[in-house]
Amino acid sequence: MTSGLIFAGAGAALFAMGVAGVLLIEHLLRRILAFNLMGSGAFLVLVGLAQHHDAPDPVPQAMVLTGIVVAVAATALALALVRRLHGLTGSLELPEAEDD
Amino acid sequence: MKRVVVVGGAFAFTLLLVAAMRELAPAAIDLRPSVAAHLAASGVEHPVTAVLLNYRGYDTLLEIAVLLLALLGILAVTRDQGGGAPRPVDPLLQMLARIAATLMIVVAIYLLWAGAFRPGGAFQAGAVLAAAMVLLHLTGLLPGWRQPGVRLRWGLAAGFLVFLAVAAALLLAGGLLTYPPAHAGALILLIESGLTFSLGLILAGLFLFLSRDEGDAP
Amino acid sequence: MNLGLAFDLLLAASLLWSAWRALNASRLDRAIVLFIVFGLLMALAWARLSAPDIALAEAAIGAGLTGALLLDAYGALRRRDTAEARE
Repeated sequence: MTSGLIFAGAGAALFAMGVAGVLLIEHLLRRILAFNLMGSGAFLVLVGLAQHHDAPDPVPQAMVLTGIVVAVAATALALALVRRLHGLTGSLELPEAEDD
Repeated sequence: MKRVVVVGGAFAFTLLLVAAMRELAPAAIDLRPSVAAHLAASGVEHPVTAVLLNYRGYDTLLEIAVLLLALLGILAVTRDQGGGAPRPVDPLLQMLARIAATLMIVVAIYLLWAGAFRPGGAFQAGAVLAAAMVLLHLTGLLPGWRQPGVRLRWGLAAGFLVFLAVAAALLLAGGLLTYPPAHAGALILLIESGLTFSLGLILAGLFLFLSRDEGDAP
Repeated sequence: MNLGLAFDLLLAASLLWSAWRALNASRLDRAIVLFIVFGLLMALAWARLSAPDIALAEAAIGAGLTGALLLDAYGALRRRDTAEARE
């Protein structure tokens, strides 16, 4: 039980929490929060497992660095869409799918 | 019902994954010796920077392109509604913001330079620059960005264009992004400078272009 | 169990707790602030994992910029809702 494994386990739990949040939460802003939690969980798993057997590994660290920057860009685009949706319809939840 | 299924599934997934991670053997492929062996020829001394800008430079090139695309998406979606009347801001706060922003620019240039030897690099430096611009905007010293002018557009694209130009030149000379070892350090510094400048503008633009949309119907 | 491992367990537990509270906060601004707290704790976790580059980037981008974006969106949505309610 090294520190890498502890954080990798926490990352797995964070990822599962994020997925459950994205599937269950209706409020769009909170759904974006859950999506970011998913991303952070995945990054923790990536670096935690690499760190598990001592000696930091630079390749996953570079990948996670790229991932963090792309995640913030995706969050900004998602927020732009949410603000536009709120401007057009006034609600912060996606319209219910009509049952055929 | 759906709630129970999803929560139960997430819980089971977590337990299975943690159990699998405990039994994981050390990876068959270990890249650390290769990274360390070629570090002297890569032009920088910090392994993470070498991986980002030399060994996997292609990924970084595509990453900056993705950032530009996200910014274009935000420009396309938001309506330019001007942001209303500026709120009065305490002049003491503005003075503190000026001092802080100056310090942040110095820190950003240091991070850019130190990326070759220590933890740092273009992304961290660009993020600090963007934070300085957001700080200036929030204290009323930097107006929100409306439709981007010509200079701003060139600034946003400059990092990607510099990187692309270096990659194209290297492609004509040899392989894709294979730096000649004698000039690798200088080329990487050139690319990182362009990246820092553009990244600061793009990340600040993610905030400043977003805040111009007041959310009113068109 | 040495001190470093105990600290890592405490940090992982606080990561999970702040994430859970951020998802379940009743008020949205509290949820966003808890998300910023989560981001800063993540920066600590990266430092513990011997990844100082990621710690710098997470603190600046993950906690700072994302938190600012979310708070700005929350403020704009509230302004619009109160403006609508007044009409």
